[in-house]
Amino acid sequence: MEKKVVVAMSGGVDSSVAAALLKQQGYDVIGMMLRLWSETGREESNRCCTPDSMALARRVAARLDIPFYVVDAKELFYSTVVQSFLDGYAQGVTPNPCVICNRQIKWDFLLNHALALGADYLATGHYARKQETENGRWQLLRSTDRSKDQSYVLHVLTQEKLAKALFPAGEYPKPEIRKLARTFGLPTATRSDSQDLCFLAGEDYREFLRRNAPEIGHPGPILTRDGKVLGEHQGLAYYTIGQRKGLGVASPIPLYVLAKEAATNTLVIGSEEELGWRDLIAKDVNWISGETPKESFRAEVKTRYTAREAWAEITPLDFIQPGETFRSLNVRFDTPQRDITPGQAAVCYDGDLVLGGGTIE
Amino acid sequence: MVDHIYLDYAATTPVDPRVLNAMLPYFNETFGNPSSVHSYGQQAEAAVESARETVAAALNCRPDEIVFTSCGSESDNLAIRGTALAMREKTGANWILVSRAEHPAVSKTVEQLERHYGFQVEWLETDGAGTVSPETVKKAICKDTAIVSVMYANNEIGTVNPVADIAAICRAHHVPFHTDAVQAAAYLPVDAQSLGVDLMSLGAHKFYGPKGVGVIYVRKSTPIFPLQTGGGQESGLRAGTQNVPYIVGFAEALRFTAEERAQRIAHVRPLHDRIIGTILEEIPDSRLTGHPITRLPNHSSFAFKSTDGNLLLTLLDAAGFACSSGSACKTGNPEPSEVMNAIGLSREWGLGSLRVTLGAGTTPADVDAFLKALPELVKKARALS
Repeated sequence: MEKKVVVAMSGGVDSSVAAALLKQQGYDVIGMMLRLWSETGREESNRCCTPDSMALARRVAARLDIPFYVVDAKELFYSTVVQSFLDGYAQGVTPNPCVICNRQIKWDFLLNHALALGADYLATGHYARKQETENGRWQLLRSTDRSKDQSYVLHVLTQEKLAKALFPAGEYPKPEIRKLARTFGLPTATRSDSQDLCFLAGEDYREFLRRNAPEIGHPGPILTRDGKVLGEHQGLAYYTIGQRKGLGVASPIPLYVLAKEAATNTLVIGSEEELGWRDLIAKDVNWISGETPKESFRAEVKTRYTAREAWAEITPLDFIQPGETFRSLNVRFDTPQRDITPGQAAVCYDGDLVLGGGTIE
Repeated sequence: MVDHIYLDYAATTPVDPRVLNAMLPYFNETFGNPSSVHSYGQQAEAAVESARETVAAALNCRPDEIVFTSCGSESDNLAIRGTALAMREKTGANWILVSRAEHPAVSKTVEQLERHYGFQVEWLETDGAGTVSPETVKKAICKDTAIVSVMYANNEIGTVNPVADIAAICRAHHVPFHTDAVQAAAYLPVDAQSLGVDLMSLGAHKFYGPKGVGVIYVRKSTPIFPLQTGGGQESGLRAGTQNVPYIVGFAEALRFTAEERAQRIAHVRPLHDRIIGTILEEIPDSRLTGHPITRLPNHSSFAFKSTDGNLLLTLLDAAGFACSSGSACKTGNPEPSEVMNAIGLSREWGLGSLRVTLGAGTTPADVDAFLKALPELVKKARALS
C-alpha cells in the first residue's frame, strides 16, 4: 500500500507543487489547510468565507484529485503565535512568529491531525531538505536554492518530527517550482510569493500593534550610550535594532538603534561604529541531532531569516534539572554583527547542515 | 483511495437511472421552447404540462397550482417574499411569523424582508427537539400577520413539525401558511389537502431527481407576486423559458417517490434505528438531536460533547464515510448552526454535531462498517480538540 501523506496547503505555489510532486511520486496525498486567526472586522462577515487562498488551494486539490480539508486552528494560533508576538513586543523583544508557528502549529497541532488521519508523513512547501544518516538519524539541510532557503524556521524540528516530515519543494530552485506548477497545470503557478506575516494581512506590524496592543506604545527617551537625551520615541515596539530611518533625531552623522531597554523604556542610539555585538546567548535551544554537542565548535550562525550567516565559536550550555533540561548556547562571532535582535532565532549551520538553534536573549 | 460509503442523503441523492432516462430525450430530441407556436414548441409544452399533472397528482392538487422553479431555495424565496409583499398590498398585514429552526433559504429571506422591506418578524420558539407547537403559532398569529412559515421536516435534526395543525390555525385566521417540505418530500406524504398548506416548497435532488429544479405549490387564490418577471411562464409567477428536461425529471422522481414510499421507508428505518441505538449506547457523552420519534425515517443526528464536528467529518471522510454536520463548514470555521442554538444546545455540544442520513443505496454492511469505525474516530477527534 502506498504511503499516506498530508500536505499542508496554503494556496501558494510552493505547497501546491509539493502536493503535485508527492502525487507524482505515488504517495496517497491528502491536502489540508489550517484556518488561522485574523483580526476581527478584517475577516469576511460570512462564516463560510472563501478567501482567495482557500479557494485556490481547493482548486489545486481538485486538479490533483486529492481530498482537501480545512482544520480550524484559530484559537490556538491566537493563544500561541499572536499572543507571543504581542507579549514579545511588550517586553521589548522582536519575536519571530514563524518559528513559533512551526513549533506549535505546523509541527505539532497539524502533525497530530495528519497522524490521526492515518498519514505516515506531513509535507510542507518549505524550501529545505532532509536526509538520513548511516545510523538511521535524520538531518535537516538547506534547500538547493540558497536564496529561498527556509531551514532557519525549521530549526525547531526534533528527530521524531523530522522523521515524519517531507519537503518536496526543497530539492528545486524557485524558478523550477514555478515551471513545475505550469507543467502540472496548477492555478497557483503565477501567484506572487507571500510576504511578511500572514496575520498582518500585508500591513505594517506597527499598525497592527497600535490597534491590538495600544498600551505598549509608551513614549520614552532616546539616549546616546553616554546618556545624552536626543529626543522622544513613540514606543519601543516600533523600532528595530539597526534601524536608521524614522528616528526623528537631527544629527550630522547617521544614527542607528543600538538597543531597546524595556526596564527604563529607553531607546539607545548611536553611530555606525557603535553598532553590533560579538556575543549572544540563545535559550530554548533545539539540536536537530537530538544530542547537545559535547564541546565548543565553530559554525556559521544566522541571526535573522534574512541575515547573512557569520562565523562564530559556539558553546552549548545545558542546564539540567530533575525532570527537565534547559538548553542554551553561547555564540562568539569572529566579527561584530549589526542586527542581533532579542526574540529572533540564532541558527547554527555546518555548510548545508542545520545543527540547531534557539531564541536570542 | 478508500472506498467511500455515502451517508449524506439529506444533502443530496444520486439521480435515479429511470429518471435520467426519462429526461434524456428532452435535451436534443424534443428540444423546443414550450412557449413557441410550432409543433416543436407544442411537444415541449406537452411534456411540461404532463409533468405538472404528475406533480399535481402526487400533491393532490390542481395542475395550475404547481409552479416550477430552479430549486427548493428559490421556491422558499418566491413563497415567502412573493406572498408577504402581496399580502401587505392586499390587507396591510406587516408581520411575518417564522420558526427559529429553519433552513437559511427561509430565515435569510425573512431577515431581508425585515431589514430592507420594513416587515416585522416574530421568530417562533421551538422546544428542545426543534418542534414548533401549534399553540405557539396560535398565540402569535393575528390580523396583521402576512404569512406564517414553519418547515415540514428539519434538514439538520430531522424533526417533523405538526404542519397540518399549524395550517388549520392559519386557515382559521385567513393567513397564508408556507411550509418548506424540501427534506420531507422524500419520505412523508406531501398531500396539500390533508396538510392544508397554502404554499409548499420542494426540490427534486432530495428524492433522486436532478439538482437545479424545484416546485412551489401555490393554493388557488393565495396572494403572491412573482419575483422574477418577464414572459408569462408558470402562470406569470416565474418568468423564463422552462427547463424542460429537468421538469420532466422532477415529475418522474416525485412519481417514483410517491409510488415507492412504503418500500423506501421499510428499507431505511431499521438501519436508522440501529444507528441511533448503537451510537447512544457506545459513545459516551453523546445525544440524539431532534425528536426521538417524530423524525424522518432516514435521518439520525447527534451531538458529541467537547468534539470538533468539523474534524470528526474530516476523520470520517478519510476513513471512507461521507457524513454531514450542523456546525461544519468547508472553510473550517466552526460555529454552531442556528438550529443548534434554537434547540438550546450549548456551544460545548453544538460544535460537535453529526448528521447521518440514509438512502436507497445504503446497505446493512455499510451501517455495520460505519458503526464499527465511529466510536474510535470520535475518541480521536476528542483527543485533538
